[in-house]
Amino acid sequence: MNVEAATVVEMRGLVRRFGAVSAVRDVNIEIARGEIFGLVGPDGAGKTTIMRMLAGVLRPDAGQIRLMGVDVVAEPERAKPHLSYMPQRFGLYEDMTVAENIFFYATLFEVPARVRRERARGLLEGAGLQAFEGRRAGRLSGGMKQKLGLVCALIHTPRVLVLDEPTTGVDPVSRREFWGILYGLREEGVTIFLSTAYMDEAERCSRLALLNAGEIRYCDTPARLKRLLPGALLAVTTRDARAAHAALEGVPGVLGRLLMGDRVNVRVDDALLRTPALGARLAERGVRDAEIAPVEPGIEDVFVTLLGGAPERGAGGAE
Amino acid sequence: MFDRLRVMLMKELLELHRDPWAMFRLVVPLLLQLFAFGYAATFTVNHVATSVLDLDHSQESRGLISHFAATGRFDFVDFATSQADVTRDIDAGRATVAIVIHAGFARDLLNGRTGPLQVAVDGTNSNTALIALGYVGRIVARYQADRTGVTVPAAAAGASGVSVTLRERPWFNGGLEDRWFFIPGLIGTLTLIQVVSLTAFAVVREREVGTLEQIMVSPIRPIEFILGKAAPFFFIGLGEVLLITMVGEWWFHIPFLGSPLVMLLGASLFLLAALGLGLLLSTLSRTQQQAFALNFFIVNPFFILSGFAFPIAAMPAAMQWFTWINPLRYFLVVTRAVFLKGVGIAVLWPDLAVMGLLGAVLFGLSILRFRKSLD
Repeated sequence: MNVEAATVVEMRGLVRRFGAVSAVRDVNIEIARGEIFGLVGPDGAGKTTIMRMLAGVLRPDAGQIRLMGVDVVAEPERAKPHLSYMPQRFGLYEDMTVAENIFFYATLFEVPARVRRERARGLLEGAGLQAFEGRRAGRLSGGMKQKLGLVCALIHTPRVLVLDEPTTGVDPVSRREFWGILYGLREEGVTIFLSTAYMDEAERCSRLALLNAGEIRYCDTPARLKRLLPGALLAVTTRDARAAHAALEGVPGVLGRLLMGDRVNVRVDDALLRTPALGARLAERGVRDAEIAPVEPGIEDVFVTLLGGAPERGAGGAE
Repeated sequence: MFDRLRVMLMKELLELHRDPWAMFRLVVPLLLQLFAFGYAATFTVNHVATSVLDLDHSQESRGLISHFAATGRFDFVDFATSQADVTRDIDAGRATVAIVIHAGFARDLLNGRTGPLQVAVDGTNSNTALIALGYVGRIVARYQADRTGVTVPAAAAGASGVSVTLRERPWFNGGLEDRWFFIPGLIGTLTLIQVVSLTAFAVVREREVGTLEQIMVSPIRPIEFILGKAAPFFFIGLGEVLLITMVGEWWFHIPFLGSPLVMLLGASLFLLAALGLGLLLSTLSRTQQQAFALNFFIVNPFFILSGFAFPIAAMPAAMQWFTWINPLRYFLVVTRAVFLKGVGIAVLWPDLAVMGLLGAVLFGLSILRFRKSLD
């Protein structure tokens, strides 16, 4: 690898239509080596389409994709050895054992027989699957299947790993283990491009792109994305969060409200100025014991506000 | 290249081996259909339910009836006493054929005139009706010959002057056994149904489970995938051809006069076409339900328009054109010829060549379509 290969993935002006629907419109993404780049957006935003195009199994209608310097659109077969793509559900042969599945994918990707065993052992150990080598893939739990998928995807030591919602439907413990593996890979210089529906996972990415209706609306580090939020965030904690949510409608200076379960996250233009007014409104509407305190915005607040999913749209501001 | 092909094969065989019902699904339906066709499928008409109305009550009328009884082709289910009885028998389906001998039959015969005989046939099943009528004609001709002591063929009965004698000697199937016709034909028919559906489902299942997408992101070449997928079914198909041939030979005693090598060549070319068809269907289906519907939609016409049971020469011209692209048509010619006629490549090469061509085209199309199939 030469020095300029710091940019591992480069997508320029990517467009893909399905019939009359534009699934992806003018997407530009650059990913540097060792990044964990996250793609977030509502269902149907075009995440899977972008990943499939990068993996070389779907042709873009316009635009360029370069991966490790290879033109993916022109020569998908030359790009494939550098990359591993794990779709939402990794295809495992359920009647074959864990070891047989790994062997199959290793051979498909031309992993030499000498290194295959050792590499498989290392990956299985990392995934905590070494005790299950002889078990049929169909008899693994959902999280174990997903980890086996990752092992199969990694057996040819790809330089770029493309993961489409890899942890959807996986329990929290397995998810944490899964992320442990991903961090380990990053240490080895593997670049990871993933989509996720979990906001806590989005926060773990080095950079995030917020995708909506086929367009990248915002793209930055999680910390800087949070700074894009206009105003400040206040958490209103109370026993009846639903009532508080309703009560705070129309208070001057409130830019957005998000019901969180035991609290309401309220975005205001100025925290110091507006806190007394919020308290007064809650008391007036009979919402008792409400505590109002400033909080750090989470990615979910950013996501909802910036992509306009909140009941009251953020007053533009950013960009 | 060779490694990937080998691992594809290994995977297919492993999956087949792990499937406890695979052997059952491959062999049992095949044998069931083979025995069903071997024993039940016949064009011969025997034991036709017959209603008899004898209004003449003469020695002559009884003589005619006993001629019918003697052949064993007709079972008398009712000796009717009136025309109404006869009509009721046919309407109710109790009788397929009704023989009515009107009063005055014997008198007419004795006076040298033509004795009228009325025969009513239930034409619902046109084939049975036609064959039964043929028997009636022959029996009446025999009766006439016995009475006059002159052999007159059925067709020439009543004609005066020159008499033509017909000596029938069918070639290749002297006893005109229907089984000899059906069982060699089953080799192609049953194998086509099995191999096309097995192949189509195998690929569509990979698409459904998601392994197909996984394979597509690997550096595998379409031809490696297609060959790896098709080869196991090729050998399964050959095994089925062998199984049916052996059962036909040793259980049903169908003569096998030709060369096993010609049979092997024909079966290989036919299987190539069947596999190509199955693979093509799989690239046109997203789900197993679609594959199932498509399979039914395609394989049934192939079966009907093949000459397996219904003669191609009797089909309308447009249907006959379709049979030209039907690999089963050619393989039926080959199997029947190899079994019963014992002819070789010198005669069969056009059929073999067309099968090879169809196989190459179908296979080529499926390889071309495979790469695009995620779009």
